[in-house]
Amino acid sequence: MISTDEIKKLANLARIKLSEEEVNNLRNEMDSIVGYVEQIQKVSAEVGEREVPENHNVMREDVDPHKSGINTEVLVEAFPKKDGNFNKVKKIL
Amino acid sequence: MSIDIKNLTIKSAHESLMKGEFTAVELAKEYLKIIEEKNPDINAYLGVFEDVLKQAEEADKKIKSGEADLLTGIPMAIKDNILISGRTCSAASKILEHYKASYDATVIKKLKEKGVVFLGRTNMDEFAMGGSTENSAYGVTKNPHDLERVSGGSSGGSAAAVAMDGALVSLGSDTGGSVRQPSSFCGVVGLKPTYGRVSRYGLMAMASSLDQIGPIAKNVSDAEIVFNSIAGADIMDSTSYNREPQRNKEDPKDITIGIPRNFLKEGVDSDVLQNFEETISKFKKLGYKIKDIDLPNLKYSLAVYYILMPAEVSSNLARFDGIKYGLYKEGKDLIDDYFITRGEGFGRESRRRIILGTYVLSSGYYDAYYNKALIVQDLIRKDFAKAFNDVDIVLTPTSPVPSFKIGEKSNDPLSMYLADIFTVSANLAGVPAISIPSGFVKRENSSLPLGIQMMAPHFEENLLFSVGKNFEK
Repeated sequence: MISTDEIKKLANLARIKLSEEEVNNLRNEMDSIVGYVEQIQKVSAEVGEREVPENHNVMREDVDPHKSGINTEVLVEAFPKKDGNFNKVKKIL
Repeated sequence: MSIDIKNLTIKSAHESLMKGEFTAVELAKEYLKIIEEKNPDINAYLGVFEDVLKQAEEADKKIKSGEADLLTGIPMAIKDNILISGRTCSAASKILEHYKASYDATVIKKLKEKGVVFLGRTNMDEFAMGGSTENSAYGVTKNPHDLERVSGGSSGGSAAAVAMDGALVSLGSDTGGSVRQPSSFCGVVGLKPTYGRVSRYGLMAMASSLDQIGPIAKNVSDAEIVFNSIAGADIMDSTSYNREPQRNKEDPKDITIGIPRNFLKEGVDSDVLQNFEETISKFKKLGYKIKDIDLPNLKYSLAVYYILMPAEVSSNLARFDGIKYGLYKEGKDLIDDYFITRGEGFGRESRRRIILGTYVLSSGYYDAYYNKALIVQDLIRKDFAKAFNDVDIVLTPTSPVPSFKIGEKSNDPLSMYLADIFTVSANLAGVPAISIPSGFVKRENSSLPLGIQMMAPHFEENLLFSVGKNFEK
């Protein structure tokens, strides 16, 4: 059983404001979903048996950057709040 | 002149365009007319682009100058989570309602080079999370075969657009069945390519290790043409790669179709099962070899999927914070800005999956859920590898049920999730899968389409196309 306090803690970690009603709904829904996915515990397999898939993530050299500033305008355009080319946010401390 | 849109295919449209029987502008106008007429009822499109005719004029120029490709002038609909530079792209979410894409997805870049005409952006479940489009912030997409029923999802708008003749072909995205299931509900063909075969650059990430872009079309040939135009390794997606197909065979005698019988016992509608048996008989008549197979861990697919997917969702959706782009809702301080923006910007299902993902990744549960799910995913992959030693295709119904009524499952997330039972395994194993119409079932006064799903080994899409075309005949 997942408690309402646990749901609130998860919502806090996920930075999502939830109403009391939704916390209660989620508690019930999470119980039924987690109850279902729980069945994987029946599989007996040990950690460390996994194979690396063929297309694992690859890093490229950090070279040939695009020309500085070519994307600035379109990205700044998308800022919800701005001051010139700066993204304006509230003070953190 | 009037164009026979109903029977139009990419090849026949291309021939007519080349012969000058109609122009790309005339073709686009026909589709715009149908959209105007049908979209208010069906809601397949969230937005029709203003410059459709201008794009079609460019295509006509390309045709006149002799530079035409098969796809030049072909009207296509694009799911609302694939970026087209400068155009609104919202993933059917309030949090991106006015967001304009800052670049072209690789698939879009490729299609632009060919002179495709983009008609508009199609409705979907918010951030591709759902199986009915009821999670769209902009209303459900109704099924063109019965307006009281869902089009399926998450790419419901893309499937309905093709089914209502509001686009010749479309693009969707598939993380656990989101191209195949709506295709089966709407009576069209939908392909999920091998993971890594089509670039995900410019596709809004849902569960990055499972997402693939795929075509939705009226027939297998059209899906194949679009697939061939968008496939290929891409430097902008490090998980994309190239490999040569190994099983280049077309003669039914040489191809074995496997049936995972043990997996088809519970929770499947009896009409769906009957249709599936008829499908198997048809394959036998066509000369294919049929073999019962066992994939013992397949039954855990859905449980594994509903751990791994929300885990990735919770991290991928962390980027929507009201700071860099999209919706901004003001709170009392910076952290409150996050809480309010995300609380109001995300819909119910997105909030639910973020919380679920946060749970399975949180300290104390990580090993029991996330890590364990990765181990079982690996067992499922191995099951498939083993099965494909004996057979070339694995056949299942696409969905355990035909299209359901709007609202029927929306208050019970688990019952909605169970509809993904046959499709999620292809994403977990990374193998290609296609849904092809396999007949109709009567429900009340409606005739609802059904679909069958074929899965093939990695990079063997050609097998799906050759068997699929035979089946369609």
